[in-house]
Amino acid sequence: MTRAHALPAYNFAYLDEQTKRMIRRVILKAIAIPGYQVPFASREMPMPYGWGTGGVQVTAAVLGPHDVLKVIDQGADDTTNAVSIRAFFAQVAGVATTTKTTQATIIQTRHRLPETPLQAGQTVVYQVPIPEPLRFLEPRETETRVMHGLEEYGLIHVKLYEDIAQHGHIATTYAYPVKVEGRYVMDPSPIPKFDNPKMHRSPALQLFGSGREKRIYALPPFTDVVSLDFEDHPFQVQTFKAHCALCDAGGVYLDEVVTDDHGGRMFVCSDTDYCETRRTEGHRGTGLPSDREDAGREDAR
Amino acid sequence: MYVAVKGGEAAIANAHRLMADRRRGDRAVPALTLEQITGQLSLAVDRVMAEGSLHDPDLAAMAVRQARGDLIEAIFLLRAYRTTLPRFGHARPIDTGAMRLERRVSATFKDIPGGQLLGPTFDYTHRLIDPAMAGDEPVEEGLRRQREADAAAPRVTDILDDQGLIEPDVFSDDEPADLTREPTEYPVGRDLRLQALARGDEGFLLALGYSTQRGYGRTHPFVGEIRIGTVDIEVEVPELGFAITIGSVRVTECQMVSQFKGSADTPPRFTRGYGLVFGQSERKAMAMSLVDRALRADEFDEQRLAPAQDEEFVLEHCDNVMATGFVEHLKLPHYVDFQAELDLLRTLRAEQEQATADDHDTLSEAAE
Repeated sequence: MTRAHALPAYNFAYLDEQTKRMIRRVILKAIAIPGYQVPFASREMPMPYGWGTGGVQVTAAVLGPHDVLKVIDQGADDTTNAVSIRAFFAQVAGVATTTKTTQATIIQTRHRLPETPLQAGQTVVYQVPIPEPLRFLEPRETETRVMHGLEEYGLIHVKLYEDIAQHGHIATTYAYPVKVEGRYVMDPSPIPKFDNPKMHRSPALQLFGSGREKRIYALPPFTDVVSLDFEDHPFQVQTFKAHCALCDAGGVYLDEVVTDDHGGRMFVCSDTDYCETRRTEGHRGTGLPSDREDAGREDAR
Repeated sequence: MYVAVKGGEAAIANAHRLMADRRRGDRAVPALTLEQITGQLSLAVDRVMAEGSLHDPDLAAMAVRQARGDLIEAIFLLRAYRTTLPRFGHARPIDTGAMRLERRVSATFKDIPGGQLLGPTFDYTHRLIDPAMAGDEPVEEGLRRQREADAAAPRVTDILDDQGLIEPDVFSDDEPADLTREPTEYPVGRDLRLQALARGDEGFLLALGYSTQRGYGRTHPFVGEIRIGTVDIEVEVPELGFAITIGSVRVTECQMVSQFKGSADTPPRFTRGYGLVFGQSERKAMAMSLVDRALRADEFDEQRLAPAQDEEFVLEHCDNVMATGFVEHLKLPHYVDFQAELDLLRTLRAEQEQATADDHDTLSEAAE
């Protein structure tokens, strides 16, 4: 290098204070108008667009030194992008991190809500790829903003109706649109519709950040969140016949794991913290080896 | 036996270690120096500065080296650094008429005041791979012509403007829009459009500009002028009450003279498409000027039918850092959503199977 550059130094939680103030104002506005997408001057973050830059900015703006942060992706704490984002905040903010849903004050998530019910005082930060629930019906932002303004949601009902006409079912399985406080139709981010009912009147504060699309929206605690449906085709969540093969949990969201190349598969909890907690409590699924084998493998490590 | 995998952290660390190893390559070969990159791969450095929106050749060279020559990755590195820098204000508009020219060509006039100046260009080279370049053969010094100090080289568009043959340049003292500081709300002003295009992906703009030439939003363009050289950057200092020069940058400017237009009030005159890019990048500046003109369709009551004329489409998709992030995010795990789709698909298939079986039963009953 011909000239020496001062090594970059970063503020607490990476973002400068002016940016945080800007984002906090946007969050306050979002909380005041539940389900309304507030434009914000999204910054370029040191991770790629589409990898959680919106969630990271929201988390950075609300994070304090005493917060305990949990980051999940697909319900799991150990997926690579969750690991990466957790490591980012551990480095730039020095905050405590956890995998325990019950111990976290802020939970940043991609594609899932934890199985353990959220509590008052907790904040969930969703990573949102496409915040506009009408986007795939109308690609233009100029149009969709008007549609929200006029509460013109006929198009999305027609889409759901066409699903039923074609398939006999509403064919939306994730990012299933919801109506917030009887006013704004909102994209819940690509969580499976299984998780939609958990948003309804949750005691936790729910914040949604989309960095690339430059939008933040929010659900204050105890907000009405109703999944769109029809009287004769009521909203239904996925049900799994199987129980978790590791912790025997039923009524939870399961991942299908392919175990061999001739049709072998097993189902395990998508929420890794929930699954581990149950196993430490002594629950055992059918997919776990007997205690003796298990002990043997531990020794082998 | 399936075991819930823990170890994302170790996997990431090891992957980065391997990447650093590959980046360094054969240790017997000396590492690339930044001087080599800024000096010998200067057009790569220019592109990174232009689309990274930050004029700093040394940092851009560091980014190119760190990105293993992946320029979009290098642009991303520069952007992520730029976003943390404090803003002190904005400069006065640069005066490209006063540019210290390295290259200047016009396609609209055979000769122009100040002359045509080919400068360092690939144009008219024969694209034959040169075996002499394989080694480090001595290279002759470039020849320089001594210019008279007062040899003016006015911009071709100014010459046309003097005769009223082209729409006038617009001047404004307003604070320029900044899409990195304010969320974009459509429709946007031309200042913000030009900012987005200046940062936009060269390949994307090239393809869009090309599409206008092939009839998707035709603008009848002529290269009024392309000029490359250095211009001074001046800022107003409120305490002083006048502008001071804080440095200079190399830029490429392209003024496209396009489709003329008149109305009941104004006689017909040419219109402008404008391109300005950090460093030496004619391809980008030319493509930008084509797209800028195409995007001005509304101003001239032209029908907006082609992609290049669609402001929201062009601006929302020209940023390669956004585009690469969102395209590449598809490799992140999506198994929760995929599971939901799989579940629905199985339900639909089971229902169809059942329906077929029922039909079959009905048919066989009828046959009996």
